[in-house]
Amino acid sequence: MTRRSGGESDPIVGTPVPRLDAEAKVRGEARYADDLAFAGMVHVKTIRSERPHARIVRLDLSGVESAPGVVGIATVADIPGENIVPIIYRDMPLLAAGVVRYVGEPLALVAAETRDAAREAAARARVAYEDLPAVFDPRDALAHGAPPIARPDAADEGNAFNHMVIRKGDVAQGFAQADVIVEGEYEVGYQEHAYLEPQGVVAVPEDGGMTVYGTLQCPFYVQNAVANVLGLPLARVRIVQTCTGGGFGGKEDVPSHLAALAAVVAWKLRRPAKLVLDRSEDIATTSKRHPGSIRYRTGARRDGTLTAVEVEFYYNAGAYQTLSSAVLWRGLVHAPGPYRIPNVKVDAYSVATNTVPCGAFRGFGSPQVIFAHESQMDELARRLGMDPLELRAKNALRVGDETATGQVLTESVGLGACLAKAREISRWEEVQAEVAAFNRRERFKRRGVGVSTVMYGVGMGAKAPLLDKAGAYLKLEADGSVTLAVGTTEMGQGAETVLVQIAADGLGVPVGMVRVAPVDTSRVPDSGPTVASRTTTVQGMAVLDAARRLRLRIEDAVRAILGCPTFTVAGHRFCHPQDPARSVSFAEVARWMWTRNWDMGVTGWAEGKPVDWDPATGHGNAYFVYSYACHIALVEVDLLTGETRVNRFWAVHDSGRIVNPATARGQVIGGIAQGIGYALMEELPSRDGRILAPSFTSYHIPTARDVPAGIAVAFVEAPYSGGPFGAKGLGEVPLMASHAAVANAVSSATGGRLRAYPAIPERVLDLVAKGA
Amino acid sequence: MTLSFRVNGRPVTVDVPPGRRLLDLLREDLGLTGTKEGCGEGECGACTVLVDGKPRLACLTAAIQVEGRDVLTIEGLAASGQLHPLQEAFLATAGVQCGFCTPGLILAAHALLAENPSPTADEVREYLSGNLCRCTGYEQVVEAVLRAAERRR
Repeated sequence: MTRRSGGESDPIVGTPVPRLDAEAKVRGEARYADDLAFAGMVHVKTIRSERPHARIVRLDLSGVESAPGVVGIATVADIPGENIVPIIYRDMPLLAAGVVRYVGEPLALVAAETRDAAREAAARARVAYEDLPAVFDPRDALAHGAPPIARPDAADEGNAFNHMVIRKGDVAQGFAQADVIVEGEYEVGYQEHAYLEPQGVVAVPEDGGMTVYGTLQCPFYVQNAVANVLGLPLARVRIVQTCTGGGFGGKEDVPSHLAALAAVVAWKLRRPAKLVLDRSEDIATTSKRHPGSIRYRTGARRDGTLTAVEVEFYYNAGAYQTLSSAVLWRGLVHAPGPYRIPNVKVDAYSVATNTVPCGAFRGFGSPQVIFAHESQMDELARRLGMDPLELRAKNALRVGDETATGQVLTESVGLGACLAKAREISRWEEVQAEVAAFNRRERFKRRGVGVSTVMYGVGMGAKAPLLDKAGAYLKLEADGSVTLAVGTTEMGQGAETVLVQIAADGLGVPVGMVRVAPVDTSRVPDSGPTVASRTTTVQGMAVLDAARRLRLRIEDAVRAILGCPTFTVAGHRFCHPQDPARSVSFAEVARWMWTRNWDMGVTGWAEGKPVDWDPATGHGNAYFVYSYACHIALVEVDLLTGETRVNRFWAVHDSGRIVNPATARGQVIGGIAQGIGYALMEELPSRDGRILAPSFTSYHIPTARDVPAGIAVAFVEAPYSGGPFGAKGLGEVPLMASHAAVANAVSSATGGRLRAYPAIPERVLDLVAKGA
Repeated sequence: MTLSFRVNGRPVTVDVPPGRRLLDLLREDLGLTGTKEGCGEGECGACTVLVDGKPRLACLTAAIQVEGRDVLTIEGLAASGQLHPLQEAFLATAGVQCGFCTPGLILAAHALLAENPSPTADEVREYLSGNLCRCTGYEQVVEAVLRAAERRR
């Protein structure tokens, strides 16, 4: 395409275009899942297992059926298709058949005229269980003689769902070359997504098939699951995304299960069926970040050069596979960190237990190992007497380096620039001096500064390259406005606005001329899942492809109208090069095309660049490109109470070209807040497979008082040739980096070493006691 | 029982069972779905509405408690069509992401500015600490409230 020669329109990519969905949201007009209602709609409540592992001896629903307001019930016998919710494996039943494997597993469904009636009726279910031996800890589950939990076809071996490795060089030799070796064990628990909008769907039987409206990230996953349980062809199942109030991975796979539950009820009763979880059911029964037990050993020469890293980690997957194999794989690839390390050995396990299945959560298996590898880097720096930023800079990956999986980085490695920029904007030396002065002055308070660096593989990677595709449909309307249809979703992250910016820039029209169609699987191209920080990059390339094709067609029309082989552009008008008085507007070109029966619609397509992987060695080009970040946190610890506050925060990111600096900044600050929660506050205790207090009353996420004011965000933009205008992914990276900087700051302030999240006051006081 | 009150300036008379929550009355009976249910136990603030100008959690308020009172929901803030300065400020600062907490945040901020027309950033953070947001990290929300306060002066 001929790139615009200036004057046609202002630049759009790289500017803080206001979000296109914001006005409907501030007016209260945006329709979320629970805002929908249909004539004849019933409300569904799920009857769930109260035992972690048991045979169902008897399921007595007579009291449920006769309860006031009840319209009907559904059990396994009412599933017209297969009783399986397919995610990656096909091990998870829609409704437990014979055996339950976790507390909260769906057993049956009740539909009533009101939500209260459905809830009250569900409580009347009488279930007789015969308990089976249950295990809740991965180490117990892997022990010799542990009771089998996983279905054999879903597991590598026994209760080990997956065991994955990286083998590079020879770690024994690497450690022999090291002057300093640090070792540590790290423990992290659940993190709950706590999207403000709970999970919810409405299934509506229509046209001999099923339409499901819902709050979700991945409409094509949901379509597949609903078709499978109803035994329908995909083309008779339509999924329509409602305005989605946050996802963070929590609405990646879970909506498939919920939509299929509602669809079974709607199919049986021939009425629209709404299933909305209340907060406690949402926290207790839907996916979370995997708890992890992680062991690291890292060696370096006296000058700080890393020689070897050895890692072993176990993630508690819960009772079914869902996304655990993919989560584990991302954790595996990210475990060595963004460093040059000649000798690497990683063993990663995801393990079945009788607990709620864990799944996707922003960072997708990487934050757990990042806590560990960034703690190791600080422990090394301390032992070597080196500045922690300097140690990272010394080992940071550069263009031409080889990653731990043997991938040679050929372009777009902005890590060194991130480190330099973070040093600059934080005034690193001065801040350290100020902190030291504060600590000398104060008796009962200590401050500490912590740093973290991360890399993030953009897209699905070599675990699932078949999903790294995206389509886009662009339709030029007769008046010159443009409709864009894509199969990726807006869940709050700002994708819609960014994609419109890319389309508008590619077409040479103002943003206000482009509108995005609702995501409806019957009307938009399959763009794969909205996950893995891939939307701007992969979906953006498909949009740009469509825009370029449409632009070529428009330019053909301009040449025909002006009757000349070339033209110039000025002030949104196409002009005859010799006679600028002869000109035509974009809208006039559209009208001209429409009246001559030109094809006004184009399809764009994109797929991620090739990746490859050898599971036996963990060698390969794991991802087509990586994003990078460096975060610095300053915390203050009260030595008497153990309370920790984050006072200041600096974040520098390389996500390639930033399409919208305002929404990117918001995504970064929001991710930092989630990371502060992960490191300091968010704890979800469980006992014997039961979440003890599934409520915001006891699960605290950061409030406006817990996030520091004036978080500094900067972008160093190392452009990626495979992304639209050079863009890479951003969404997950801020969370991945932030918690580890906070954790290192807590360790620095206390003089101890934080080895478990979250750093609640008891744990901090313990560090203070040990550090003193 | 019969309940009479004003919602967004309009008088309303409805029949409600005694235990009905204000939240359900607004959302289901009156179709005002801009008020959101995030937790149903008064922890998240998504259901914040103003009753006689004071912020109230509609999930913990019985419908009968608003008898004779003035209730303002998000739909009433731009009833004439023109966005309220707070709504405009949330657009200008990119203070909206998923938007589910936004109506509650805007109404809480509205009550703050009525009490204190020139709050400091710390005062804004303190006042809004009962409204959870999982997307923004609050910075651009605080900027929006300060901007709206500035514009009103």
